[in-house]
Amino acid sequence: MIDRSMSKFYPFTAGLGAVLTCGFTLPVFTQQVDLKAPSVIVQPGAPGQPTRTLHTSTKATLPPRSQKDIEFMQGMIMHHAQAVEMTAMIEGRTQNAEIRRLGERISASQADEMMFMRRWLAVRSEAAEMKMPSSGNKPGGSHSHGAHNASSDEMKMPGMLSARQMADLGRAKGKDFDRLFLLGMIQHHRGALDMVRSLFATPGAGLEAEIFNFATEIDTGQLAEIKIMQTLLAEKP
Amino acid sequence: MKQIKTYMFVLSLCAVMFGIASAQENPFALEKPKPLPAGMTGSNPDDPRSKLTAGLYNAGEASMGIRHLMLLRKPDAFELGIDPNSPNMTKALQAMGFPNLPQLPDAAKISIGSMALANSDLAFSGNHLFVGNFYGVNIYDIADPAKTKLITSLICPGGQGDVTVFKNLLFMSVEMANGRLDCGTQAFPIPTDLSKLGQAPTVEKDRFRGVRIFDISDIKSPKQVAAIQTCRGSHTHTLVTDPKDAANVYLYNSGASYVRSDGELAGCSNAPADKDPKTSLFSIDIIKVPLASPKDAKIIASPRLFAEGAKINALNDGGSHEKPERIEASDHCHDITVYPELGLAAGACAGNGILLDIKDPANPKRIDSVNDKNYAYWHSASFSNDGKKVIYTDEWGGGGGPRCRETDPTVWGANAIFNLDANKLKFANYYKLPAAQSAAENCVAHNGSLIPVPGRDIKVQAWYQGGISIMDFTDAAKPIEIGYFDRGPIDAKMLIMGGSWSAYWYNGKIYSSEIARGLDVFELTPTKFISQNEIDAAKTVQFALMNVQTQEMNKWPKSLTVAKAYVDQLERSQAIMPNQVAELRKSIEKAEGSKLGENDVSKLKSFVTWFEKNTGQAKSPADVARMKALAEILKNPAL
Repeated sequence: MIDRSMSKFYPFTAGLGAVLTCGFTLPVFTQQVDLKAPSVIVQPGAPGQPTRTLHTSTKATLPPRSQKDIEFMQGMIMHHAQAVEMTAMIEGRTQNAEIRRLGERISASQADEMMFMRRWLAVRSEAAEMKMPSSGNKPGGSHSHGAHNASSDEMKMPGMLSARQMADLGRAKGKDFDRLFLLGMIQHHRGALDMVRSLFATPGAGLEAEIFNFATEIDTGQLAEIKIMQTLLAEKP
Repeated sequence: MKQIKTYMFVLSLCAVMFGIASAQENPFALEKPKPLPAGMTGSNPDDPRSKLTAGLYNAGEASMGIRHLMLLRKPDAFELGIDPNSPNMTKALQAMGFPNLPQLPDAAKISIGSMALANSDLAFSGNHLFVGNFYGVNIYDIADPAKTKLITSLICPGGQGDVTVFKNLLFMSVEMANGRLDCGTQAFPIPTDLSKLGQAPTVEKDRFRGVRIFDISDIKSPKQVAAIQTCRGSHTHTLVTDPKDAANVYLYNSGASYVRSDGELAGCSNAPADKDPKTSLFSIDIIKVPLASPKDAKIIASPRLFAEGAKINALNDGGSHEKPERIEASDHCHDITVYPELGLAAGACAGNGILLDIKDPANPKRIDSVNDKNYAYWHSASFSNDGKKVIYTDEWGGGGGPRCRETDPTVWGANAIFNLDANKLKFANYYKLPAAQSAAENCVAHNGSLIPVPGRDIKVQAWYQGGISIMDFTDAAKPIEIGYFDRGPIDAKMLIMGGSWSAYWYNGKIYSSEIARGLDVFELTPTKFISQNEIDAAKTVQFALMNVQTQEMNKWPKSLTVAKAYVDQLERSQAIMPNQVAELRKSIEKAEGSKLGENDVSKLKSFVTWFEKNTGQAKSPADVARMKALAEILKNPAL
């Protein structure tokens, strides 16, 4: 899969290039650079500070993921699972086209994102479900039974609906359902925004590039969906 | 074959390890396509690009009208390692806290650094090419493009590393939480007292999110001279020159990510627009850079580009696919392209495309805005050379998703071309990469630049792992593809972030920043869609500096090289008769041969009247313009 002959090839052509080009006069707007010289690796300092030259054998180093990153992903899988559960209730409970379309959107995007989160955790050899409640706010609860039990009161992520709220939603029909669904999903999405805020407010967390991009997307995406839901609520109180 | 078996074994192992995943889906599996919405069509699955073999450095390739000159791999300082099982890579991954490496598929190992070490945008100055990266900048010498050579690797993490250059200054965008003032690669520490976590927002005084300014007077040792902190960091920035002020340049900074705490940077607020009139949302930052003293660069304004009167968030959110993945609130711009000579800017601002009057660069004014029901995320913009068309792009799926499959609509994740007349944008058509891509290839419209062929509007553009596509949009209602280059996916079984981030034409060559693989250099070759004369005419446009989002007008010399390009175009569109084409070509060749001998020039001038009289028989406005431009050259031709 890896063609290592390339690494042998390029130093040769680069050297040849240097021989061929160093005789030309470069345009005035560029600096004269000795093309025979090897490239350098430098690391600037803070503004006003000197730049250091690093050894040519320098390799990239990336920040380690923190425990908070793991918990964010595991918690968000549980959080998303409830949103998917809620959207699955739409069928048979409302004919409101806008709610149905919104439900499809939320269901599709959250399912995609759950896949991404599971992959992120699997690559890091971490379970997709949380072992312990992250902040211990329900000390009386027993051990977790995992994300398949997303609406359990034992372990909840911010904004998640209680078992009672979920049961109320399950019993509602028509306009009642629409209202409870919108209120519930707004509460639910606000919780996701809180989770993102808490991630970035935790020292050492959210530094990794993939989790940074992902959390940023959740932030902007769910904020936009909240706005849509607020508009729908205002239209059909 | 061995690899496949190992892969299957690993997957089943993973499935055992993660009971929850096995009960649902294999986490490494490719995304399942959703059926095409009714009435929509997808890209062509029978294109030569659609079934290329996979590989990081040995993928199958297909091209039309583009010759690949070289790939320069990312330097080692920007890699965890190339061989996923090498001791170096194993060591790097263990240091990052990956405990069960032997059980991971090779592709998963390669994917670990794919985002944090991704190549991003490009900038050009003289013979120097600046390749941005989430981990810093690499500077190349392109005096001989086919022998492009790395000069300097500048390590300075923080993503996305969007770069622009002006004289002795290099500007760089930083948005991520790991950015440090001192360009350090070390993470901010995790406190030992875990009981205090989450009680107060973290405040890191050494964190940097914003725009860095480097002095590159010594190209082998750039110095950081300023670092302008912003509330939402810097996702992209655009260099803005003021034709009336040579002493300063401006940066339009687009911060797209989370707002940091007031404790870390005073004045930052993430409150909704209706709760806090000083919210950091719903604006861009304008940074003024005094060229004589760049260390004094600072934010001078944060204009409310989405406001209507006192209402800060007045624009309707755009994007309403019938089954949309997500739509975005217009509370930021993603990227802005300015055209200082015309005093205009086009902003791609999440939920909207906007048009700005920037005659006073410190005080941009919104003059139009558009939505599109097929748009998910307004990502970037560019003007045609005459400023009468604007192309926006839709980054549906965020760039990491496979969105060019045969089941993805051709109007989602596409370019939208607008005609611009009297400061009003009017939709003309979409253009999307016509070749279907696999689910293992992240693909959607991304960054591109104009190719300065006179008489035509042509754009070369990056489509991530969809490769590079060249679009002719001379007729905004009928854009067509006239060239392409594509590789197969990095891996056949797993989507690994890769492909072309930016593909730009600069002084005769096309440069592409390949996210995972390195820097590609290409040249155009003639096809039935573009002639050698047109390529030669494009090469007559030479710039000493190019930041693609700072558009400069292409101007062509009144030379016979350019005249021949027009003749080819008029022949192709059958605006002039074949015998006239032949006679004109013969006369131009004679004049070139005699180095503009008197009789030959007189002969050329004899065509002028005919062209001036017969523009009426042209079939399109483009042909009229070509005939007029050709007549202008023949009146007083140069070599």
